[in-house]
Amino acid sequence: MAGLATTLGSGAMTNNIEDFKNAEVIIVLGSNPTENHPVIGMWLKYLARYKGTKLIVVDPRAIDLVEEATIFLKIRPGTDVALINGFCHVILKEALYNKDFIEAHTENFEKVAQTVEKYNPIYVEEITGVPAKEIENAARMYAKAERASIIYCMGLTQHSHGTDNVKALSNLALLCGHVGKPGSGINPLRGQNNVQGACDMGGLPNVFPGYQRVEVPEIREKFEKEWGKRLSDRPGMTLTEMVEAAINGKLKAMYIMGENPLVTDPDLNHVKRALESLEFIVVQDIFFTETAKLAHVVLPACSFAEKDGTFTNTERKVQRVRKAVLPPKEAKPDWEIIMMLAKNCGYYMDYKSPKEVFEEIRKVTPQYAGITYERLEAGGIQWPCPSEDHPGTPILHVGRIARGKGLFVPVEYRPPVDELNPDFPYVLITGRHYYHYHSATMTGRSELISRLAPEPFLELNPADAEPLGIKDGENVKVESRRGSVVLKVKITDRVQKGTVFATFHYPDSPINLLTNTVLDPESRIAELKFAAVRLSKVV
Amino acid sequence: MKLHIDGREIEAKENETILSCAKRQGIRIPTLCYMEKLLPIGSCRLCVVEIEGYEKPVPACETYVSEGIKIWTNTEKLKETRREILQFLLLNHPLDCPICDKGGECVLQDLVYEYGIEKVTLPKFRPKKIEVTWSTPAIKYHPSRCVLCQRCVRVCRELVGRDVLDIVEHGYNARIEPVRPENCISCGECLSVCPVGALTEKISPIKGRLWQIKRVSTVCGYCGVGCTLQLNVLNNTIIKVTTNGIPGPNNGTLCIKGRFGYEFVGSKDRLRKPLIRVQEDFVETSWEEALSYIAKRFSEIKEKHGSDSIGGLCSARCTNEDNYLFQKFMRAVIGTNNVDHCARL
Repeated sequence: MAGLATTLGSGAMTNNIEDFKNAEVIIVLGSNPTENHPVIGMWLKYLARYKGTKLIVVDPRAIDLVEEATIFLKIRPGTDVALINGFCHVILKEALYNKDFIEAHTENFEKVAQTVEKYNPIYVEEITGVPAKEIENAARMYAKAERASIIYCMGLTQHSHGTDNVKALSNLALLCGHVGKPGSGINPLRGQNNVQGACDMGGLPNVFPGYQRVEVPEIREKFEKEWGKRLSDRPGMTLTEMVEAAINGKLKAMYIMGENPLVTDPDLNHVKRALESLEFIVVQDIFFTETAKLAHVVLPACSFAEKDGTFTNTERKVQRVRKAVLPPKEAKPDWEIIMMLAKNCGYYMDYKSPKEVFEEIRKVTPQYAGITYERLEAGGIQWPCPSEDHPGTPILHVGRIARGKGLFVPVEYRPPVDELNPDFPYVLITGRHYYHYHSATMTGRSELISRLAPEPFLELNPADAEPLGIKDGENVKVESRRGSVVLKVKITDRVQKGTVFATFHYPDSPINLLTNTVLDPESRIAELKFAAVRLSKVV
Repeated sequence: MKLHIDGREIEAKENETILSCAKRQGIRIPTLCYMEKLLPIGSCRLCVVEIEGYEKPVPACETYVSEGIKIWTNTEKLKETRREILQFLLLNHPLDCPICDKGGECVLQDLVYEYGIEKVTLPKFRPKKIEVTWSTPAIKYHPSRCVLCQRCVRVCRELVGRDVLDIVEHGYNARIEPVRPENCISCGECLSVCPVGALTEKISPIKGRLWQIKRVSTVCGYCGVGCTLQLNVLNNTIIKVTTNGIPGPNNGTLCIKGRFGYEFVGSKDRLRKPLIRVQEDFVETSWEEALSYIAKRFSEIKEKHGSDSIGGLCSARCTNEDNYLFQKFMRAVIGTNNVDHCARL
């Protein structure tokens, strides 16, 4: 979410979910909500069918939402920057941009205007495979709408140029002034139940809770005072950097809470090597995961149903999680385990309940200052909520962009890193499907879900299947420059010719053996949506 | 706009139905097929009201207010009409309440009780025997209990957008069928809106009546939408998930994971005790031993290689409180900013 933080001053969803009803036009780009955020998928479908909301769907696959779309742009994987710059080109050329907004609320407009100059629809068609006419139609539809929103997800960010993708989108929204109003915004959908909260809480190497940077002395002093300890001013390593550091011997130990990188991370062989080279690993989880197998100590934790606390959803809404059942045997809530471990390490933490932890969170996190457990009894509150009499903020950037001025950032199209050649001619896109969740440690234990989605498959276009002599339901070996797996084939024109799709839910067919660890330089997100592969029939 | 309901002068909003106007004023009109989140169809006729000057009663759910009208919601005539409607519904509806999942939470059961119907007075009519009933891996259909309110058909069409269900045949043979079964995503929305026990859940072997269970409002633990839901708990076991109008971004809607994906909580595979590696095996240990061993190893490594040789991964699955304390631990206790999580996946 580094892109939006740079251009707008906040990396989160600008608008709330309900607010999509206020948009005339919604661009859905690199997001398949029907499968990944089902309830938002249903909501968008409802709006398109019953409220006349126009959907512009941009995706390399014919996802379910395409049925409801006014315009569907079937884009070549990894070419989003070119397409979005193409939109901007059309909007500038046809003078459909919002001049007043640009003058009052943005800076650096001219630079972007120069950059997109060469992205005329014909040129963009060559790169993206989207017909020039449709590029023009979509650009006009978005620009002419009074209120228009953008929804995007990992399909946009899991690229070596993911941050560029987001910046390009931000340019598009700023160009039309589609920010800071009901029905107008840029909305990254967050994947996991509390990924927004984990970021808000400073679960990132460069910031304390509330996105307060560790290098800033005044901020560090505030936390040093609160926590009574000298704190490091050096930003730490990201997950993918930790993997590298483990391999080259700089990282010696890891403490892993509720994560299963040995299924979900790119290039699994590499991750495994990294974890195996560590001297000491502690895993704290609810199940004995693939990652736990490599640990030295495994601690039993509580599931969401067994503890009190709060989650922050994709729309920045803080909501109460309540304990419903007792944990199995000696399992304990994570906060309690950390507190006990801190005491063992000679640091005194004393909280009687999650509520007391939350009181400390409020004290040091300005966005959460006005939120209390008592207030949350009446329903969730969206941050920023600076004081107890503040109602919360469903829509960001109203009247003023959080950063001060919205920043136009020129970005050029760069092709994905993994190279397609006659040896590796297909693009592998990875993602989730509706039934399972991530590494399936939870859904894999639901009899129903396992019955409905028992095994992984590779989506393959009929035009690709034929020359390979592969029939529906047959096994195929999928190989990248990093590894190989065998998957059952599902022949479907959901995927375009030259691309294949697989999910990463199944530990027995770990698709992430194939994916590329190459990172976006800013967000440090790996290029999970683009790996060059070859296919061969398994006899 | 002003109008009268049951002799009271009431301020109504433009473009609202009589039902929603009455509801806002605390005047209860019985309903069965109506649901606030669905388009009204005026099918069950239980919400009929009388308007002075109108020849026949009208359904309150789909009749809009107009200036000065005088509405009566509970006259003797209306009560009799409602009794007749309920009698008709009971013609085919078995009185199997003691073994029905919906017992105690059934709209029909409540209304029959409220209107004092003690026995079925209309002569039994035998409909054509329905041979085929459908069922999904999660949901079972009991056609004889169905009151044809079409809530399930409408929710699937309107809110889920899958159009799986529809009514087939007419009259006494009318019933709900999955006309597009391939579209079903087992989200269970149909199940959740059924006012009677015509659709029941097949997941949990344990059943509990409303007054035996505990309903705890919480937030779903899967994706980032943050749907609110209620865990239905009997004897420390989750037996069902419901939504029942609790506020949340999902407006009462859930997907398969939120509604049916709760079994992992009670899984026998859950970790129960701290484990410690001894050579290639793991052995159970006590919390005291596990924690003091971790503390010792962390401090040795920190001593020898420095704080930045230790990294921590917190979790997008854990609570804010868990994550806050985790990063505080890494920063204040270990002394490093090496803390991250899988936000990038």
